[in-house]
Amino acid sequence: MEVTVEIYRYDPDTEESRFDTFVKEVDPKDRVLDVMMAIKDEDDGTIAFRKSCAHGVCGSDAMEINGLNRLACQVLVQDLKSKRIRIEPIRGMKVLRDLIVDMDSFFAGLEKVKPYLIPAEPAPATERLQSIGDRAIFDDTTKCIMCGSCTTSCPSFRWFNQDFVGPAAFVKAHRFIFDSRDGGNEPRLEILDDKDGLWRCHSIFNCTDACPREIHITKAIGDLKRYTVVHR
Amino acid sequence: MVHKFDAIVVGAGGAGLRCALELSQHNYSVAVLSKLYPVRSHTGAAQGGVGAALGNEEPDNPEWHFFDTVKGSDYLGDQDAIEIMCEDAVEAILELEHFGLPFSRTPEGKIAQRPFGGHTKNFGEAPVKRACYAADRTGHMILHTLFEQCVKNEVRFFNEFYVLDLIMDGDICQGVIAFDLATGEIHVFQAKATMLATGGHGRAFSVTSNAHTYTGDGMAICFRRGIPMEDMEFVQFHPTGMRKLGILISEAARGEGGILRNREDLENIGSGKDGFMGALAPTVKDLAPRDVIARAMYNEIKEGRGIEGSGDTGSDYLYLDLVHLGAEIVNERLPDISHFARTYLAVEPIKEPIPVQPTTHYAMGGIPTDIEGRVLWDAKNKVVPGLYAAGEVACVSVHGANRLGTNSLLDIVVFGRRGGKDMVRYINEAEFGHITGEPDGFIRGEIDRLQNGGGTEKVVDLRPEMQNVMMVNSGVFRSKESLTKARDTILELRQRYQKIGIQDKNAYFNTELVEAIELGFLLDSAWMIAESALHRTESRGAHSREDFPERDDEKWLKHTFIHYEADSKVKFDYKPVTITKFKPKPRVY
Repeated sequence: MEVTVEIYRYDPDTEESRFDTFVKEVDPKDRVLDVMMAIKDEDDGTIAFRKSCAHGVCGSDAMEINGLNRLACQVLVQDLKSKRIRIEPIRGMKVLRDLIVDMDSFFAGLEKVKPYLIPAEPAPATERLQSIGDRAIFDDTTKCIMCGSCTTSCPSFRWFNQDFVGPAAFVKAHRFIFDSRDGGNEPRLEILDDKDGLWRCHSIFNCTDACPREIHITKAIGDLKRYTVVHR
Repeated sequence: MVHKFDAIVVGAGGAGLRCALELSQHNYSVAVLSKLYPVRSHTGAAQGGVGAALGNEEPDNPEWHFFDTVKGSDYLGDQDAIEIMCEDAVEAILELEHFGLPFSRTPEGKIAQRPFGGHTKNFGEAPVKRACYAADRTGHMILHTLFEQCVKNEVRFFNEFYVLDLIMDGDICQGVIAFDLATGEIHVFQAKATMLATGGHGRAFSVTSNAHTYTGDGMAICFRRGIPMEDMEFVQFHPTGMRKLGILISEAARGEGGILRNREDLENIGSGKDGFMGALAPTVKDLAPRDVIARAMYNEIKEGRGIEGSGDTGSDYLYLDLVHLGAEIVNERLPDISHFARTYLAVEPIKEPIPVQPTTHYAMGGIPTDIEGRVLWDAKNKVVPGLYAAGEVACVSVHGANRLGTNSLLDIVVFGRRGGKDMVRYINEAEFGHITGEPDGFIRGEIDRLQNGGGTEKVVDLRPEMQNVMMVNSGVFRSKESLTKARDTILELRQRYQKIGIQDKNAYFNTELVEAIELGFLLDSAWMIAESALHRTESRGAHSREDFPERDDEKWLKHTFIHYEADSKVKFDYKPVTITKFKPKPRVY
C-alpha cells in the first residue's frame, strides 16, 4: 500500500524546523520503524532518530505517531488505519535534532524518587523470601522500559514540565514502595506528596494509553495516592 | 576534550554495569561509556532465565551445571573457567536478589526456576529446573536492577558516547577514544584500566534476534589494534526466531512445555504429544541444546516438512506449539513473547502455533580473556595490561562451540564482577601512563574520510549484501564452497567500504555517520567469522561443516586465534582446551 509520511525535522545549526513529506510503497505489516528506515536508506540519509532492539523492549524509539506516543518499532502500518503517517518527537522535552530529544533530563528526573531497592532489613545468607502474592502486587510496574512515552504524553508534564515528577517516576516509585523487601518509603513519600508530586495527576489516562508495555499507570498512581493518604 | 579516570567501562549492558558496580564500591573514579542509554542495552532483550544450581525447585548442584555446560560446549569450553562460573553462579544470583531483582517466586517464596535447553540432573538423566527467572523478562530485570544500583552508587555515565578506538602505549592499554553522538566531538578518555563490554555482532547476519546496535564494535576495535579473536567461527543460531523478523521467542517457551511441529504433525497441535524432536533427542526432546535443534529444523525444512514452501525459497518455517499449555501458563510465565506474537504476527499463542525459524543469536567467540577478564595478546596467555573484556564480546571460553540457554546472563554477572574485582587490584598497583602524540588522530582521519571523502558507495547497498551472504553461506550449515564465497564477498565489500560516502554533514546526532562506522566494524566481524569457519575443518557445536560432518578431537580440540596480518590477510594460531574433569565423549541427548 502507498502511504504519505510526514516527518518532523529540526536542524540545531539553523534552529529551524519543518516537516518533510515522503510517499512510500509499504507492506501493511511493516513497523513504522521499518518505514522510517526505508526512508532514511532510500530517500534522505540525514533524518535522525534513535533505534536499537526494534521489538519494543529497549525504549529507544518513543515518538509521537499520528498524535499519540508510541514506539515506532511496535506500531504496524496497518494498526494506524490511515494512509497518512505523521511522526513527531515526544513532547515537553528539548528537541536536539529531528526526532531526537534530550533524555538526560528525563533520567535525572527519575532519580528524585530514589529508584533502587532500599532494603528493609540486611540481606540474609540466602535470598530474601517473598510470597507469590507479594511479588504480584508490583509485577505490573516492573515492566517499565523508561522510554518516556507516558511522561511526555501527560498534560500536567507538558504544562509544568520538568518540575512535575511525572508518570514514569511514579511507576518506578510504585515498583519499590509496594515491594515487600523495600523499606525506603519515607524519603520517596516526601517527593510524591509534594506539590509537584502525585496530586498534579488528574487521571487523564494519557500515560496508560501511551505505555508500550501496557502498564496500568493511572491505576499505579491511584495506588500511590491511596498509600500516601493512609501513611502520611 | 581529555578526561582522566582510574577505570573506564565501555558498554552499559549487564556485564558493563556489573563491573561498574563492583568498581563503584571502592574509592576510585569510574566512568561508564555507552553508545546508548544504559537501559537501552541488549541485555534487556534476554527473556527466559539465568542459570544457577540453587536447587529451589528440585535437587541440583553446580557440578551438574558444570557438566552440562561442558557437554553443551561440545567440549570446547575451558573447564577451569566453566567450573568457576557454575560455582560463582549461586552467589551471583543471590546477590542480584539482594540488589532487588524481582524474581518470580516458588510457593515457599524462593527464587523460581524452570527447565531450559541442555540443563539436566545427574549428568544428563533428565531436564532440571535451573533457570532462575522473572517471568519472561529476566534480562530486562537484570539490566534495570544493575542500573538502579549504579544510580544508587552515583556511577558517572557518559551516555551516547561511542567508543571507536583504544589508546595503546606499546603493549599497555591507556584508555579509549570516544565520539560524542550529540555533538560530533572526539573525546580522549585516559584510564589505568579499561573494560570492554560491548556485546556481540549479530547484525552481520540478515535474520537475527539482535538489536540494530549489535555491531561487533569491541571485537573490531581490538582486532584493528593487533589483538587476536578467539573461536570466531562459533555463532549461535537460536531455533525459535519469529518467522522473517528474527525476534526471539525464548527457549523458556519450550522450558514450560512448548513443542516444535512440522507439516506432518499439524493434527497434534494442542495435544501435548511429542513432535519431531521426540525421536531425535529422546531424553530431553524439545529441550536439546540450540545447535542440535537448529540443525534439526533445517533438516526438517530441507526434507520438505516445513509448514509451507520449498527448500530454497527462504520462506520456510516450522511451528512452535504452546496451545496445550493453556492461557494461565502462557499469560503469566510468557507474557512478553505472547505479546510479540500478537503484535508482529497477529498470532494468538493460546489458540494457534507460532511460525518460527532459526535466528542469529549469539557470538560464542570474541576477545580472548583469562578467568579474571584480562584480555590476551596471544594464544600463550600473554596479558594486555590495563585491558579487560566481559560478556558476549569476550571469549573466556565458557561457551565453547555452543552456549546453553541461561548461561549468557550468568556469564555477564559472573565475569563482569570478576573483571571488576581484578581491575580494582590492577588500579591499585598501576600508574597512569603518558599519552604521547595524537591518540585520536586515526579516528579523526577515519571520520573525516567517511564524511568528506566524496565516496560513492552507500551503507544501504553494502550492509544487506554482507548480511545476506553471511546468512546463506556462513549460517547453520557451512562448507568450503559456501564459506569461500562468504569470505571473498566480505573482502570485496571491505574494498568497497573504503569508498563509502554519506549525505549527512551535520555534527549533531549524525546517525548516518554512526551507521557507516558500525558497518565497518561489522565487516571486520564478518570477515573473522568467515575466515575462522573456513579454517576449522570439522563440525563442532554450532559450527556444522557439510564437508566435514564429524567432530575431530585429534585435530581440532583447540581454540582458534585469528590475527590481523594485512588488508586481506589473517593468520591463525591455537590454544589447547583446558580439560580438568570431563573427558570428551560423543554428544548424545
